[in-house]
Amino acid sequence: MERLRVNLCGLDIDNPVIPASGTFGYGREFAELYDINVLGTFSFKGTTKDARYGNPTPRIAECERGMLNAVGLQNPGVHKVIEEELPNLKTIFNKKVMANVSGFAVEDYAYTCQMLDKEEQVGWLEVNISCPNVHGGGMSFGTSPEAAAEVTRAVKAVTTKPVIMKLSPNVTDIVAIAKACEEAGADGISLINTLFGMRIDLRTRRPILANKMGGFSGPAIFPVALRMVYQVASNVNIPIVGMGGVSTAEDVVEMMLAGATAVEVGAANLVDPYACRDIINDLPRVMDKYGIEKLSDIIGGVR
Amino acid sequence: MKQSIFEIKENISLCKNVMRMKLFGDTAAITAPGQFINIQLEGMYLRRPISVYDCDDECVTIIYKVVGKGTEAMSKMKIGEKLDVLTGLGNGYDTSVSGECVVVLGGGVGVPPLYMLTKQLISEGKKVSAILGFNTADEVFGEAEFAALGADVTVTTVDGSKGVKGFVTDALRDMDYTYFYTCGPEPMLKAVYKASKTEGQFSFEERMGCGFGACMGCTCETVTGYKRICKDGPVLLKEEILWKD
Repeated sequence: MERLRVNLCGLDIDNPVIPASGTFGYGREFAELYDINVLGTFSFKGTTKDARYGNPTPRIAECERGMLNAVGLQNPGVHKVIEEELPNLKTIFNKKVMANVSGFAVEDYAYTCQMLDKEEQVGWLEVNISCPNVHGGGMSFGTSPEAAAEVTRAVKAVTTKPVIMKLSPNVTDIVAIAKACEEAGADGISLINTLFGMRIDLRTRRPILANKMGGFSGPAIFPVALRMVYQVASNVNIPIVGMGGVSTAEDVVEMMLAGATAVEVGAANLVDPYACRDIINDLPRVMDKYGIEKLSDIIGGVR
Repeated sequence: MKQSIFEIKENISLCKNVMRMKLFGDTAAITAPGQFINIQLEGMYLRRPISVYDCDDECVTIIYKVVGKGTEAMSKMKIGEKLDVLTGLGNGYDTSVSGECVVVLGGGVGVPPLYMLTKQLISEGKKVSAILGFNTADEVFGEAEFAALGADVTVTTVDGSKGVKGFVTDALRDMDYTYFYTCGPEPMLKAVYKASKTEGQFSFEERMGCGFGACMGCTCETVTGYKRICKDGPVLLKEEILWKD
């Protein structure tokens, strides 16, 4: 439907709803349930240079209106993703996918992005400098403007596709980091990754997560995410992919008003596997209700 | 996997903190004993994964222990209330490899998935011995139901207040069997692993995010690689298990 279409970093997508990395695997589980071609695109599971097991279990904890996770970037490694997951994806998804990449050194990011950049199925590279669940990498690149810029430059130097830097909310000044990425050549910014959190089991007096702390996501974080999207969108001139607790078509519209060109949906996919499909189907109704002709008209339209 | 709405037709207490709930709805996605369902509850963010006790064309029965906020809320639900449920999750037990003389061993709320399994094994003409383990006599359930299926039932209690005093493995020691199936708390599973004389299948529990393989929240390491308890499990073969410590 034309009125849902947006342009994300030079590529048209049929609608702005994008399942967020880590909540949609490489598409297989959801393709068993519905035709995932209804999506604008999706951001595949955070992929690293080498295969990773991730953290010990429990990796998941329930929270009020949300959840904690400390999965720790479990993934089969970029080579297996290219050899096995992308060919399988071709059979279930005929659009460009967003390749989510993480790393533990600047060179890792560059290597993994360079590999995925060569794949014609990949439309965008989403570079995660914000994973709170791994040590010696991930979030540490996203908490200083200099390190964020360094990763951006290294990735941009070896790739041709749009590079979207995924930022952490666990910082003092997210605008400074977004600006540093923009100046270093980023084509877009996505935010927010999870908020760093914790739960304790009252019976055992131990943290519920084996990793003690983990990333908080779900509807509870939506206002924080929206505020950060608004702040960043007001201070950079590159497209924003907004995310954080988005669960409804209304949330998508609100994120776009705050400045998002596209919107990722994360935790909602885990509690309702049809969440993204249903949000897309519901968007025209919400647009009609609020007098929105085309979604692309409202990006950053908050008064 | 299927998402659909179920209506509560029964929600009764069986014994201390253990409840039985009957849910009417579309059960077509449930294809093997040992699978589980994932229930959405008002006011809770994540769904609650509960193993299937029994299932027919229009009704799925679960037996659950009240242990936290979610199961507490479930225990107060009334007949006629509706629940959003994902059904047909997990691989379930494979009965084709069992041979003729089978032991099923359950501990506490690890007992329920063995009921549908026992029913299937007996319908396949196999002889089933069921060892149902509990801590104390007031926690015991299922004895009559397993016997009614035609299983030879032994109850064990840790304090000896009912049946054989000790653990399920104490009752297993002198038995002859071709294969076994088990579900229960991890220390029990480990003990069964050590005490068992044949191959067998173990059903595991883990905190889950989605319950259908998307989030990698419940991964474990096995001899044959990383497996998601919710999708590639919850049932693992004895020979593929790697214990965490």
